[in-house]
Amino acid sequence: MATDTALDHHADVQDGNLWDGAKSPFQASYGKLMMWYFLLSDAFTFAGFLISYGALRFSMPTWPVPDFVFKSAPFGVENAPLIFVTFMTFVLIISSVTMVRAVQEGHRENKGGAVFWLLLTIIGGATFLSSQAWEWTNLIGKEGMSVTTNPFSNFNESGKYLSAEELEKAGFQKVETEAHGAAATYFLRPRAADVPENRYFVKADHHGHSMAGEEFAAGNHFLITYNHANHLYEHGAYMAEDGHVKKEEFGPQAFGALFFFITGFHGFHVFSGVVFLTIIAINVAGGLYVKRRNGYEMVEKMGLYWHFVDLVWVFVFLVFYLL
Amino acid sequence: MGHLEYSEAKKVVVKGLMILGVVTIAEVFVALFGNGHIIHGFYLHKIVFYPVMIGLSLYKAYFIVYEFMHMRYEVKGLAMSVLLPTLLLVWAIIAFFQEGTSWGKRRELIHQKDKETIHETQQPSETGMLDDDRTYQIQ
Repeated sequence: MATDTALDHHADVQDGNLWDGAKSPFQASYGKLMMWYFLLSDAFTFAGFLISYGALRFSMPTWPVPDFVFKSAPFGVENAPLIFVTFMTFVLIISSVTMVRAVQEGHRENKGGAVFWLLLTIIGGATFLSSQAWEWTNLIGKEGMSVTTNPFSNFNESGKYLSAEELEKAGFQKVETEAHGAAATYFLRPRAADVPENRYFVKADHHGHSMAGEEFAAGNHFLITYNHANHLYEHGAYMAEDGHVKKEEFGPQAFGALFFFITGFHGFHVFSGVVFLTIIAINVAGGLYVKRRNGYEMVEKMGLYWHFVDLVWVFVFLVFYLL
Repeated sequence: MGHLEYSEAKKVVVKGLMILGVVTIAEVFVALFGNGHIIHGFYLHKIVFYPVMIGLSLYKAYFIVYEFMHMRYEVKGLAMSVLLPTLLLVWAIIAFFQEGTSWGKRRELIHQKDKETIHETQQPSETGMLDDDRTYQIQ
């Protein structure tokens, strides 16, 4: 029985002489205790990242809104705010639950059961990583977000996007150019030099469809026009309510770096978890932990790590996707 | 660990799945509702629904640590040696968020100062403290 070999947590818990020696005062093995302390230190690392996110966010007048940034899902689903990331959260919760089952079967020294539930946990972790890969690909490739560029921004005034004709009527000079093998048209401010600051573009969505004529209000969110043909960011021109022609600007630069580093660091934890789960599943199947006669404690320690990954995601999910 | 019978332990797993699933759905619902996605054009103020989402997340964290990671069944000393140090984060959150707010205010101040123009006026001011004939007015 597992309870004969593993440390029994109920015995002597209230014993006042726990610290007199010859006993393990925390009633836990060295490995398990050190796993807890590793997770504590890792919690501080993640907290450091998330708090720096908060500090930077507090220092900015505007910040990208999650239900606008994260609203795409695979298979062409758009305008579904937070739906895909909710799916990812469920994948991680379910893999956490299958891990609990694997630990339970381990305690019973049920080799088949432990391997079965470990394999399901591995599938859950791999599904999460695949989902994250899709999410990153979409953000980088389709919406143009990178470590240094944040195309998600919002207006602090209301206005209307201008068409090519309206820009020409307002005295802007039309310039046709070629960049990276693709044609691009932009409009120069009246009597202004041909430098990037003076170039205005007709606003397009991230599929390239023109949005000229569309009106927006203060507080509305937008995505900087990204031309996929020539891989250039374009600043859509709009007429503000005060009658001035202005161009949309990028959002806070730190957003992309924080997003990719923090979700990436979490994803790296998931990846390491999947690797270790695989090794442990092979070891369980090979009967290694039976010989140790400690109730498959390695599966339990792995369980602590895997639940911690889920725990961190609770806060990453809160900070990046909910708030 | 032998703290629960096998059949009881299996029930805890189903219960855990339900609790975490329902709380997650509630969080997403609150986020979408507060941001005007459920009833179009109806928004809640951040102060109303942000604490709800933070509270639900903290509950999820508590449940994962205490049930899934079995902290409930560990010796008190072990639990405290892991949980108490995290209280340092309370200080970190307060200090760094205050610092962040201060960065924002300073940036705003610099922005304002950049826009200020100095007009030289012909008349010395009544209270003329300057040795010079000129006084400066900040507008």
